[in-house]
Amino acid sequence: MQVIQSDWVDVGALTDIPVRGARVVKTPLGCVAVFRTAENEIFALEDRCPHAGGPLSNGIVHGRSVTCPLHNWVISLESGEAQGADEGKTPAIAAKVEDGRILLDRTALIARAAA
Amino acid sequence: MSEKLVVIGAGMASGRLLEEIFERAPGRYDVTLINAEPRGNYNRIMLSPVLAGDKTYEEIVTHDDAWYASHGVTTRFGRRVAQIDRAAKTITDDSGEVYPYDKLVIGTGSNPFIIPVPGHDLPGVIAYRDLEDTEKMVALGAKPGAKAVVIGGGLLGLEAAAGMAIHGVDVTVIHLMPTLMERQMDEAAGNLLRKSIESKGIKILTEANTDCILGSTELGVTGVRLKDGTEIGADLVCMAVGIRPNVALAKEAGLEVGRGILVDDGLRTSDPDIYAVGECVEHRGAIYGLVAPLYEMAKVLGAQFAGDEAAAYLGSVTSTKLKVTGCDVFSAGDFADAEDREEIVFRDASRGVYKRLVLKDNKIIGAVMFGDTADGSYFFQLLKDGEDISEIRDTVIFGPAFAGGPGADPLQAVAALPLEAEICGCNGVCKGTIVDAITSKGLTTLAEVQAHTKASSSCGTCTGLVEQLMAVTLGESFEKNTVTPMCGCTDLTHMDVRKLIVAQGLKSIPDLMQALEWKTSCGCAKCRPALNYYMIATWPGEAVDDNQSRFINERVHANIQKDGTYSVVPRMWGGVTTADELRAIADVCDKYQVPTVKVTGGQRIDMLGIKKEDLPGIWADLGKAGFVSGHAYAKGLRTVKTCVGKDWCRFGTQDSTGLGIKLEKALWGSWTPAKVKLAVSGCPRNCAEATCKDIGVVCVDSGYEISFAGAAGLDVKETEFLCKAGSEEEAMEIIEALLQLYREEAQYLHRMYKWLAAVGMEHIQAKVVEDLESRKALRARFRYSQSIFQVDPWEERAAQGKDAHEFKAMAEVA
Repeated sequence: MQVIQSDWVDVGALTDIPVRGARVVKTPLGCVAVFRTAENEIFALEDRCPHAGGPLSNGIVHGRSVTCPLHNWVISLESGEAQGADEGKTPAIAAKVEDGRILLDRTALIARAAA
Repeated sequence: MSEKLVVIGAGMASGRLLEEIFERAPGRYDVTLINAEPRGNYNRIMLSPVLAGDKTYEEIVTHDDAWYASHGVTTRFGRRVAQIDRAAKTITDDSGEVYPYDKLVIGTGSNPFIIPVPGHDLPGVIAYRDLEDTEKMVALGAKPGAKAVVIGGGLLGLEAAAGMAIHGVDVTVIHLMPTLMERQMDEAAGNLLRKSIESKGIKILTEANTDCILGSTELGVTGVRLKDGTEIGADLVCMAVGIRPNVALAKEAGLEVGRGILVDDGLRTSDPDIYAVGECVEHRGAIYGLVAPLYEMAKVLGAQFAGDEAAAYLGSVTSTKLKVTGCDVFSAGDFADAEDREEIVFRDASRGVYKRLVLKDNKIIGAVMFGDTADGSYFFQLLKDGEDISEIRDTVIFGPAFAGGPGADPLQAVAALPLEAEICGCNGVCKGTIVDAITSKGLTTLAEVQAHTKASSSCGTCTGLVEQLMAVTLGESFEKNTVTPMCGCTDLTHMDVRKLIVAQGLKSIPDLMQALEWKTSCGCAKCRPALNYYMIATWPGEAVDDNQSRFINERVHANIQKDGTYSVVPRMWGGVTTADELRAIADVCDKYQVPTVKVTGGQRIDMLGIKKEDLPGIWADLGKAGFVSGHAYAKGLRTVKTCVGKDWCRFGTQDSTGLGIKLEKALWGSWTPAKVKLAVSGCPRNCAEATCKDIGVVCVDSGYEISFAGAAGLDVKETEFLCKAGSEEEAMEIIEALLQLYREEAQYLHRMYKWLAAVGMEHIQAKVVEDLESRKALRARFRYSQSIFQVDPWEERAAQGKDAHEFKAMAEVA
């Protein structure tokens, strides 16, 4: 028997996350941080700063960036790349909002094992 | 013989299509127009002016009976098409009449989306789509004390609300999102829009989720209930939450349908003889609900029908304007932030103007404007043309009057201003006065210009202009005074911002960013925590305490550690504890398997390695034993360290432990610019190390020696003597006044010694020690602030479930 799964995983409502805030989604491969910007866009990153592994979900969200709570690295929510003079990249997971629900890319969630 | 063309739907797209066809290929088609509404084509986007009473229905009719007759159009209004028979190439309407066609155009438009909440089908629940809806809203105004609820704070909803308000209806808008028109507005513009709408007497509830519509079939609508239980009375409910392409007929006929009826660039559906146009169409994945794209489609389809098979529709870039008097809103393109994008922000606080351009590769890709939208079409043209604006970049935000003018240099823009142009609005100083003063008095610094002309000496927002004017007048000899701005989001210093918060009564971050002309749309991790502190310290109980602008430690009331776990430090008043308290801590450590327990330098116990989701549980257990938060994480009062004092110590002169506990009970919970640590020693041997604390008390036989501005961290500083107090009560009053003065004056993240260095000892002694009135007033302000902020944050979260989202994962994916 074949199990058919959709390509997107519903992880909750847009309104579950505060504006300019973040929540985590737990997965067997570690936490994923899901961010909501001032303009109600949703982004998802591995919840680890490329610098020292800080939980990005706990940072301050501004524009399309988050500032890591441990050492103030600024990470792009879109690409996961460190901004400014710092270098490093956190894997990003495709995310979208449909009818007020937040959907994450299932393939990207699973592919993180290789990363 | 002419071909038979049947058009279903007399909306804005089909009206324009008919005009195009008759102009380009007169006589080629024998047209039949069928419409479900009992009338022909009218300008649907002008319904808002009809609702507002600015226009009548007759004025917005685009095609009347005479026009149809003169072009030989057979009209069937008030008829619905029941069926399309593609094989026979006929359609049948609901009266049974059959129409053969050679070519068929579907222009069925869209249907308003009705949220299927209980009560959505009650009498009195309407959409905002056609003349009938408009007439119902106008009629409501005739009823005294009529109330209406508009669900949806988008373009249509706000127009409906404003229109009904003009007719005297008491209107409440409920909107699911935090920002009005969030698809077209950024947060800053949305906030201005909200104020402007509220000033029309319309109530707005954001982040409001409709639970059900109240009423009965007999009575009709009586109100709306929200998910949080709030009930709002209403005689009419207008749902304006969006539209869906009307594809039912096309779908039934077996045409390919996605979200809309799928068409190619020639607007042809999956049946080569059937076309579709307007809001019912899905083209290259996009659907449109604005008039400009519909007209573009109609033009292409008209050309196709006139024989130009190369005519192709390639999609549209859209812009939005809100048709509400006094709310000038414009938005176009993509205006979200992104790393490869830059923004130019212009704010004119006194006129309530906000403009933001989003650039990518030196091209405008998005624009949002509020208050002054005169240049909207200019920016929209630059956007559509993909114009490279690097040449005019410095002045483009000022619009075509400046851009590409005599020079793309802001200095030249200032040089070009007439002498009577007002530079400083606060003091009414014009350019000529400033230039005269500079040349006749030989002024060379900003401070001199401020002193002589008063320009830029009040709110300071024109400082940049004054400096540019000095640079123009003095040429090379002018050197700008270098001050360090708060961060990249502003040119103002911390102290400027603090003063302006007081002077302008700024109480929320969006208000502040508009009033002080912030250069970014939502600040950064440097300015936001500072702004939040300044406002709650200045306006306790009035300013909005924005959790999302606080560092994580203050958001979850624990200290984040290097591995993302937290440490928990309960308050131990004056460093004194009991067997019961220690037992409770031990029990928590066992229950939650706390990996490390450590005694801190501030005489209390730190439990390290706690998982975030365990925090509320631990706090609940600690709370049962009487513990409150130790605020070990806060820019606020941390600890009051004490020695045992005269109760035990053979050298003790006063009850240092008792005074320490009294101080801690008075000061805990207060937010301060940086951490504040106190100590009270019972004699000059100073076992509590009071002389390297932010505030230290050393007891002597004759009283209490109070000193402050010490530190033992990055910098090591001995405290400086403030004064001596004769009694505990006097010592308390002085310390509370001192802390309040620091709270009101210091720069964020500056500990007391930096504040002292900035303002000087004389100033502080005058306000806290010498002037007794001032001391009392400071203490009273401190106590007022404490009446609001002295709340145990752990209890709020453990027992009352506050901010539960901070501690729980939103989902778990297996």
